[in-house]
Amino acid sequence: MTGKSRAPNLMVFGVLLCLGLLFLVLPAYHAGNLARIMVLAVYAMGYNLLFGYTGLLSLGHAMFFAAGMYGLGLSMTGWGLSPVPAFAVGVGAATLASAIIGFLALRTRGVAFMIVTLMFAQAGYLVILYFGAYTRGDEGFVIQQADRMIAGIDLSGDAARYFTAFILFAVCFLGLAWLVRAPFGRTLIAIRENEERAQMLGYDTTMYKLRAMIVSGAISGAAGAGYALLFGYVGATFATVQYSIFPLLWVLLGGAGTLIGPLVGVFFMFYLIDISSAVTSAYMLIAGLALVLLTLFAPQGFAGELRKRVFAWLP
Amino acid sequence: MAAVEILKTVGLTKTYAGLKANTDVNFVLPRGKVTALIGPNGAGKSTFVGMLSGRTPATSGDVFFEGRNINALPAHKRIQLGIAYTFQITSVFAGLSVHENVAVAARRIAGGDQSALNARVGEALARVGLSERADQIAGDLSYGHQRVLEIAMGLVQAPKIFILDEPTQGLSDSEVEDFIALIGSLAGETTVLLIEHNMSVVMRTADFITVLNNGSVLARGTPEQVRADRHVQAAYLGTPDA
Repeated sequence: MTGKSRAPNLMVFGVLLCLGLLFLVLPAYHAGNLARIMVLAVYAMGYNLLFGYTGLLSLGHAMFFAAGMYGLGLSMTGWGLSPVPAFAVGVGAATLASAIIGFLALRTRGVAFMIVTLMFAQAGYLVILYFGAYTRGDEGFVIQQADRMIAGIDLSGDAARYFTAFILFAVCFLGLAWLVRAPFGRTLIAIRENEERAQMLGYDTTMYKLRAMIVSGAISGAAGAGYALLFGYVGATFATVQYSIFPLLWVLLGGAGTLIGPLVGVFFMFYLIDISSAVTSAYMLIAGLALVLLTLFAPQGFAGELRKRVFAWLP
Repeated sequence: MAAVEILKTVGLTKTYAGLKANTDVNFVLPRGKVTALIGPNGAGKSTFVGMLSGRTPATSGDVFFEGRNINALPAHKRIQLGIAYTFQITSVFAGLSVHENVAVAARRIAGGDQSALNARVGEALARVGLSERADQIAGDLSYGHQRVLEIAMGLVQAPKIFILDEPTQGLSDSEVEDFIALIGSLAGETTVLLIEHNMSVVMRTADFITVLNNGSVLARGTPEQVRADRHVQAAYLGTPDA
């Protein structure tokens, strides 16, 4: 057991080392892409905790992403907060939203859970539009470059942006790597596999699911806040249903219930669209075809297939 | 029955849309003994133990555990009190390893101490003879082994009451023998409530037998008393003069 238990840690640190070093070798364009990918991967990792590890399919995570985004954006522009406390406001807003929605939506399960989360997220989107005087609705607002400074470092600079994204990613990645192997994470997996059995082993499964929802929402909010901070834009598009579907797609592609899956999924999807849109304006056709093929031949996603075929220890 | 009771039901009743599955069941489970619950198919045995474990909400009546009324407790709270339950229809974590299946059951009690947990899991697997299969995926096990894994998941919790719903169903003869030996090894420390169709298992393991028929208690007593009971013979075992 000891030899095998070292492999996941090596994988985690190997991935972080690679991401850290890639900045030195990548051209600026791709480094910028990778910064964006890492932030979106944080979102996907938050989603994966709920979907991949706990087995709850939410269609409302855009609300948590947007809560983080608007929490940071509005507290910076409205209250004049500096980035660090504003980031905390963003994460706090997403945590609160996920606690409330989890409390209500977890009374349902399966398809009903999907519908209820979707409905709440749509309500959240409409709230953003309704308070257009503050949120600027669809048009959104820009966070000025001058405000996006932490300790004198301009976060819109290439290196600063990359490494801020990297730190955000690393913290979430390491935290989740620990969490999914801790008793809490193991219990979530048991609930995913067979909720009734977990209950009849003495676990309060509803409470576990609520906690998973809150952690998932908080991480999604951190991603939203990070996105707004690093790319300087806050808009209602990020609260639409499309942004609830994206993390589901990323996680499915990369491998649900795997630690590395979300990063792989975002990376693949990002470059699939990036490359295919350079070839044709019908790039969604190419992307769609790739997705269909992947679902046919690797239904468990990249990392899921790897775990099934080669590395059974993949966390 | 002079033994001290660990669990008692008073007037326990379950009605499914007007159909009575259990009617006024007054039942006593003596501490540290093996009690078998028998009865023809549809007698309401599984419904009854479902109401004990909290899996099935009772329509009316009371359940007392160690003198305390546990009617209001949800299933997971009852399990936390020390009532372990194995499912009649095999219900393991099919996608997880055998070791992890038992570890999930043990972790609630053992907490985060990994070595204590592993020792506990190893011991439970050894007791049911699954040690060599610890790394296999539970869903890949044979049906018999999955049944035995269910038992290990109960054992590892070191329960006060161990409810087994048809544990020997689908086991081979030698596995049934192992099961009987296992139940024998629990004697004194664990209270066992066994639902069982295999009469030889019942007669060899049980200290007391309760017979359910049409959702009500038909007879209770030691195996000899129950065997001699004319009502039981008529309703269940079947006799030429019935």
